[in-house]
Amino acid sequence: MDAAKLAYMANQIARNFDAIGHDKAALATADHIDKFWDPRMKADGFRILDNDPDLLGPAAKRALETLREGHDPAPQTRATEFNAVNEGGRSDAG
Amino acid sequence: MTYERQKDFGTPEVLSETQVTLSIDGREVTVPAGTSVMRAAAECGGSIPKLCATDNVKAFGSCRLCLVEIEGRKGTPASCTTPAEQGMIVATQTPRLEKLRRGVMELYISDHPLDCLTCSANNDCELQDQAAAVGLRDVRFGYDGADHLGAPTDTSNPYFDFDPSKCIVCSRCVRACDEVQGTLALTIDGRGFASMVSAGQTTDDFLSSECVSCGACVQACPTATLQEKSVKEIGKPERSVVTTCAYCGVGCTFRAEMRGEQLVRMVPWKDGKANRGHSCVKGRFAWGYANHADRITSPMVRESIHEPWREVSWVEALEFTAGRLRTIREESGPRALGGITSSRCTNEETFLVQKLVRAGFGSNNVDTCARVCHSPTGYGLKTTFGTSAGTQDFDSVMHSDVVLVIGANPTDAHPVFASRMKRRLRQGAKLIVIDPRRIDLVRSPHIAAAHHLALRPGTNVAVLTAMAHVIVTVGLVDETFVAERCEADAFEEWSRFVAEERHSPEFLQDVTGVPAQTLREAARLFATGGNGAIYYGLGVTEHSQGSSTVMAIANLAMATGNIGRPGVGVNPLRGQNNVQGACDMGSFPHELSGYRHISDGDVRSLFEQDWKVTLDDEPGLRIPNMLDAALDGSFRAIYIQGEDILQSDPDTRHVAAGLAAMDCVIVHDLFLNETANYAHVFLPGSTFLEKDGTFTNAERRMQLVRKVMEPANGMQDWEVTQALANALGLGWDYTHPSQVMDEIARLTPTFAGVSFDRLEAEGSLQWPVNEAFPDGAPVMHEAGFVRGKGLFVVTDYVPTDEKTGPRFPLLLTTGRILSQYNVGAQTRRTANVVWHEEDVLEVHPTDAENRGLKSGDWVRLASRKGETTLRAKVTDRVAPGVVYTTFHHPETQANVVTTDYSDWATNCPEYKVTAVQVAPSNGPSDWQENYAELSGRSRRIAPAEPAE
Ligand code: SF4
Ligand code: SF4
Ligand code: SF4
Ligand code: FES
Repeated sequence: MDAAKLAYMANQIARNFDAIGHDKAALATADHIDKFWDPRMKADGFRILDNDPDLLGPAAKRALETLREGHDPAPQTRATEFNAVNEGGRSDAG
Repeated sequence: MTYERQKDFGTPEVLSETQVTLSIDGREVTVPAGTSVMRAAAECGGSIPKLCATDNVKAFGSCRLCLVEIEGRKGTPASCTTPAEQGMIVATQTPRLEKLRRGVMELYISDHPLDCLTCSANNDCELQDQAAAVGLRDVRFGYDGADHLGAPTDTSNPYFDFDPSKCIVCSRCVRACDEVQGTLALTIDGRGFASMVSAGQTTDDFLSSECVSCGACVQACPTATLQEKSVKEIGKPERSVVTTCAYCGVGCTFRAEMRGEQLVRMVPWKDGKANRGHSCVKGRFAWGYANHADRITSPMVRESIHEPWREVSWVEALEFTAGRLRTIREESGPRALGGITSSRCTNEETFLVQKLVRAGFGSNNVDTCARVCHSPTGYGLKTTFGTSAGTQDFDSVMHSDVVLVIGANPTDAHPVFASRMKRRLRQGAKLIVIDPRRIDLVRSPHIAAAHHLALRPGTNVAVLTAMAHVIVTVGLVDETFVAERCEADAFEEWSRFVAEERHSPEFLQDVTGVPAQTLREAARLFATGGNGAIYYGLGVTEHSQGSSTVMAIANLAMATGNIGRPGVGVNPLRGQNNVQGACDMGSFPHELSGYRHISDGDVRSLFEQDWKVTLDDEPGLRIPNMLDAALDGSFRAIYIQGEDILQSDPDTRHVAAGLAAMDCVIVHDLFLNETANYAHVFLPGSTFLEKDGTFTNAERRMQLVRKVMEPANGMQDWEVTQALANALGLGWDYTHPSQVMDEIARLTPTFAGVSFDRLEAEGSLQWPVNEAFPDGAPVMHEAGFVRGKGLFVVTDYVPTDEKTGPRFPLLLTTGRILSQYNVGAQTRRTANVVWHEEDVLEVHPTDAENRGLKSGDWVRLASRKGETTLRAKVTDRVAPGVVYTTFHHPETQANVVTTDYSDWATNCPEYKVTAVQVAPSNGPSDWQENYAELSGRSRRIAPAEPAE
């Protein structure tokens, strides 16, 4: 998918986590991408790291690197905590 | 089932802890204190004659037909205005009462035309019933008391007539318009026999008056004076079936009143817990689309979108579709296929579409239109409260002292709920409106907002953070609530953040356009005015910071202790009838029903065992990303049930290009909608009148939808999805949607206790319904949040990248109006067009003058994305620098100009902020002309070949 558009998405996520500091923002961005992006978007995102790294801000870049290294970030916000199989509590109805 | 009117208890239900017991005609009855004698009699099976009383408006005591005798009291008091008391002994039938009642009735009849036999209300008229009930035989006053028998009938409203000659001046209509609807459109002019109901000024007819055509007066009228035209045309109903409105998220329930297979009228159901007997013009009257000539009832296919459609049999259509889907899957893998579930369809239908995508196509590429409306609600409320659904039921507003409405226009978009809210506001609750536009609520009869914060579009987060700044720095935080119910560290961090000087109203007023003093007063009122409730809509979510705004709202509610009891809470006003349900059913690409992530192995294996398939463990594509992926060739086929993404989604050109790039677009709908211009397969759909199932409204209330007539296309929508699944070899064998609900309950803890039998017995259930909440949960987070403590989240204001500049100096924001619904596919095919024939652009007088524009002029509306033309309406409802339009008509296609900027967390499009320029124009834009041409070409249907 279009690199500029994907990079924009990653940067936008990171920017909204800015207030919690670089390291946490990078982790939260990685967690977000892990939980919500389809595999081809993730793969295209990793390609940006090689081909157009300048499109990415520092936190977004770190996030994609973390994921490419194979880390599976634990939930960083409650938005990425989901119900367990037998749990009926949470919802994220749109 | 034979036809009967719904029982009328005469006066409204009273809620009181204290009970009183009295005797009526020798029968003992116990009722809540404050209940009228009339209602008490009705509760124990009696019926006192009445004309001016009806149970959805307060008693008025004018007709004197309901007289009773009470032991120990002089005279014959009116039972509708006399409260029941402990130990009272009441007689409702005595010779004295009978004589008095006959006298009253004679007066009424002497003023009434005696054409009962030819009257359309014959045998369905309370005047007739009551005349019989009091045993009226003859009229001693003669029949010449009347002096408006010759008055002409007002037929201006497209759905009901007003025939003043039949009016008995009981004023039930006037009171229904005042008390139930809150529009105050009607008055009684004149006195005595000359008195007459009128719609406002003497020159007004119903259509040109303030009337919003809700139908409350028609329902209240005991005679044929105010009556649905359809009753005159079709005849009196013979049976009725209770079902649920398929328009908006309020979820009104109706009695569909039928004559044979024909729907005569939809009458709001008084036992409906969402609407309590009220309705709006859409659900009440705008159902004619079901039989519109544009409706397509045979399947159609075509090799390419450049060819005309070919009508084919279901078998051929399904084979054609399954063949294409298989080929694409073999060539490009399962992730090249996907689907969109519909928030207009039932829970069962939605569940089956996502099951088809996951279990049949083999991918998780399923999404729903909540993506473009309330997905930020999901993200924001889940982060702060642990779960995202609205925290209250609709009744809660009757306990609110301060109502804060932000980015919502309830009188147009959620009218039945708005009527309830207005009732509370007329009782004295205070109102704060945060909206760039002066919505009707800001000033309506007997209501004036305490504060209207007319912010610049795109600055919601800044305004809410500034309100939080005031609350924290002035010391208005509800310390006890925060200490008991919220995470302490997060609160500390948040309060330090909002207290920073850069978040003060004074610092931010240049950005937001809201005067600091107004903002301070509004914040103070919200924090100190008693029970504070926040209601919000798409003006909150459809921004690049939609999710952050929702979190800022939740922060505000927690900081002021406004969570967890009636009268408070955070209340998303949802758009579509079943948007809540569509989300609950696993329509999002990253999760299965009940909000369980697809990467969780335990969750997958539960479904894998039940469905006997292996599921993909990675999230699928969201709608905008499906379109992006289509352009690079990795996404090639889509099954779209009941959505028109070409018209409803932003940046129309991008949507069109994405659809055009796909090899198999399957549209399953009632009409050849705009998306179908790019489709290869058209599967005809069924209307809500033709199907069984359930919808879940904005209060998480699940209600039954009942089939009242056979599907014109031969199959209910769930059957079409099943047929497609079976064409792909899935071997589904559901014979009724209740079996789908049983599967949902079996696989989803939130719905473990839900079944059709249970819904049939209870009327409705608010989820969760399971061991912890066996009867459901009207108010959430009462004792604590779903996940431990409430979490304050720092919400940094990040301005949108959509910027005004010299070329595009104005900000466009979009919305909808009362009479039309979303893309208008249904409402445009009803008489509702008399209220809204076309989309218009609201422009502030200053901006209009600078551009030499007057109301009615054609204008060109251009953004960085595209341009369209429409007519201007000059009004100071919008602030200078802001323009506004609706998106109901495909000829305008407001979304040609909207951008593909979206919410950072959920990709909900930023419909509410587009930098534009407006200039005089003399005709349609190139895009409009080209599109009109394409649209005409694409809708051709080849004549059927003669059978051999
Ligand atoms: S239809 Fe509704 S708004 Fe119109 S006059 Fe009747 S009650 Fe009032
Ligand atoms: S129009 Fe109907 S409800 Fe209204 S005053 Fe006349 S009879 Fe009563
Ligand atoms: S308020 Fe909504 S649910 Fe109720 S009748 Fe109107 S459109 Fe239907
Ligand atoms: S019904 Fe009681 S006075 Fe009319």
